Amino acid sequence: MAQPEVVEAVVRPAALGTLVEVLRARGYRVVGPTVRDGAIVYDEIAGAAQLPVGWTDVQQPGRYRLERRGDAALFGYAVGPHSWKQHLLPPRLRLLRIRRGGGEGSEAVEGSEAVEGSEAAEEFEAAEEFEAAEEPTPRTRVAFLGVRSCELHAIAIQDRILLGGGTRDRDYAARRSDVFIAAVNCHEPGGTCFCVSMNTGPAVREGYDLVLSEILDADHRLLVEAGTARGAEVVGELAGRAAEPADRTAARAAVDRAADRMGRTVEAADLRDLLADNLEHPRWDEVAQRCLTCGNCTMVCPTCFCTSVEDVSDLRGGEAERWRSWESCFSLDHSYLHGGSIRAAGRSRYRQWLTHKFGTWHDQFGTSGCVGCGRCITWCPVGIDVTEELAAIRANSLAGDPDPTSAQPRPPAREARDDAS
Amino acid sequence: MRTSASTSPSASPSTAAARPRLAVWKFASCDGCQLTLLNCEDELLPLAAEVEIAYFLEASSATVAGPYDLSLVEGSVTTQADAQRIGEIRAASRRLVTIGACATAGGIQALRNFADVDGYLAAVYATPAYVSTLSTSTPISAHVRVDFELQGCPIDSRQLLEVISAFLAGRRPAISSASVCTECKRRGTVCVMVAHGTPCLGPVTHAGCGAICPAWHRGCYGCFGPMESPNTPALVRELTVLGMDDRETGRVFRTFNAAAPAFLAASRDAAEGGGIHAEDTDAEDTDAEDTQAEDTHAEQ
Repeated sequence: MAQPEVVEAVVRPAALGTLVEVLRARGYRVVGPTVRDGAIVYDEIAGAAQLPVGWTDVQQPGRYRLERRGDAALFGYAVGPHSWKQHLLPPRLRLLRIRRGGGEGSEAVEGSEAVEGSEAAEEFEAAEEFEAAEEPTPRTRVAFLGVRSCELHAIAIQDRILLGGGTRDRDYAARRSDVFIAAVNCHEPGGTCFCVSMNTGPAVREGYDLVLSEILDADHRLLVEAGTARGAEVVGELAGRAAEPADRTAARAAVDRAADRMGRTVEAADLRDLLADNLEHPRWDEVAQRCLTCGNCTMVCPTCFCTSVEDVSDLRGGEAERWRSWESCFSLDHSYLHGGSIRAAGRSRYRQWLTHKFGTWHDQFGTSGCVGCGRCITWCPVGIDVTEELAAIRANSLAGDPDPTSAQPRPPAREARDDAS
Repeated sequence: MRTSASTSPSASPSTAAARPRLAVWKFASCDGCQLTLLNCEDELLPLAAEVEIAYFLEASSATVAGPYDLSLVEGSVTTQADAQRIGEIRAASRRLVTIGACATAGGIQALRNFADVDGYLAAVYATPAYVSTLSTSTPISAHVRVDFELQGCPIDSRQLLEVISAFLAGRRPAISSASVCTECKRRGTVCVMVAHGTPCLGPVTHAGCGAICPAWHRGCYGCFGPMESPNTPALVRELTVLGMDDRETGRVFRTFNAAAPAFLAASRDAAEGGGIHAEDTDAEDTDAEDTQAEDTHAEQ
């Protein structure tokens, strides 16, 4: 049942309802932006009525507020506390279930006879068969609606980490295998955005099935462009009109204006070397005075991928489960090696986060770990701003200093206390 | 009703000799953490099959003499007699786990640590000489070696079962000591501090409750006590930005975990800033404190 393929069309805002219907009819669970608890979050939506029509977000370090716009924009906001990683790399996931087999009457494991009579034999006889079952991978088709360019870059980065090389993640691969991406060109950067600096937006370039450009002049409409064959089939069902040069010009102008209105900037060149040269910079002590080590920045970051794996058993010792959860380099457990945590001080943990994200990520994955979405700045409860931290280090770089530990005067320790370090 | 470990009346242990012996002890506390165990309705029978519940007065007046394989200790030490009793319990216990804010941090009754206890006694009791009490409320760990501390006011039942299961399996309990924020973010809750401007102790508070309050648009009260690396001065600066004065920031740290070192330091700093005073804890003020905590966490 082939659908007509339409590469480009112009539709009315009401066509978003059709888009959700078409995707749902094709078996996709549609996840998109919706207002909940004073923020625009990503959640399953059943219709266009759940989209944040006429809402925008005002963001600054440590602060996020929803406000009414004066129009009926569908995508008139930046990015919220959620990212698509919620749906591709779930915060908590059971990996494995292990159950004891037959119980007392079951056969002992092989080899038990050979050591019969010894203490070891008693242990072997007590041992039973175990049944282990990996968690089945999910088979649902998911459509992401309203994916920004920065977020497409974030997904591409996680793809590289979780699907590339020798570390292919089984669950991520299954969730990622059938994702329909309806992207949107970002016309409303937030106060903490800096995608232009990171070269990740605001215009969508690749990695989508279709991309929407919302045109908010007197004639409220959306330009829809297909990026894949299945995207073109969906565009064909939206009953739009043919795009004209004026539509393309208006869409282009909107995304160009967004690029000029970034809330923040970062001088991204040579960040890797800059950070490598400044591992003893006094700024790490200064930021540690402010950092709560609460882990919020890593949890909201769309590229942070760290997880921890825990085995738990029930009271009877009859069943065990292996669970994977989002983990943060701000927790002591994250750097727990034999005998203790190697990054005990907040200074070490903040430095690990920033130098990995902007520096050693390049060595590890051939790209920066930052896409400039600004979430870590907005959702830091005390408003620590990575762009400000990087600028402070660059302004006072220790590069070339023969003895970097003594060359810079340290700022006076403010409220330094043993229990706060 | 208090029976020391060494003098517990003995019931016949013969039929249950193979099972580890569990004892549950009460010190100065409200019994809420013991009730958490008692309320594990689905798990109580399986638990009784795996361990011999040898001493648990909240559940049964029948007791079995020690030694015990696992002792769960609720409550803080507030009397000289209790200071001696915990030593006896420790000596009779292979593993000793403290449960709840009282046992791990001194509890709400540690507010006496900031006050003149003799003054309280004179104000409340007709004959203060009948009352034998210490001037402080201290955690169990201030008196004896503790194998594991399970924080919370009250503790979380899932976490308690995890600690017991881990003990039975001979493994480390899977209990995170990171912030409440990690639980908020994992369950997708919108941050009440960033998005609503609601003061919240989540960033300095130990995970374990599942981040209940923020899910209901309330700030965290810190009832699970300090997380592993609490930067309370940094949080207090932000609470001030959100409109709290020294008096309020001091009071939010003087609740169930007031004597936990990080929270104690935070409230002392606030006191030095001109807010609450060291002597500012007479009986009337204790009521005011509860009201204050409500006010500062009111929904916005």
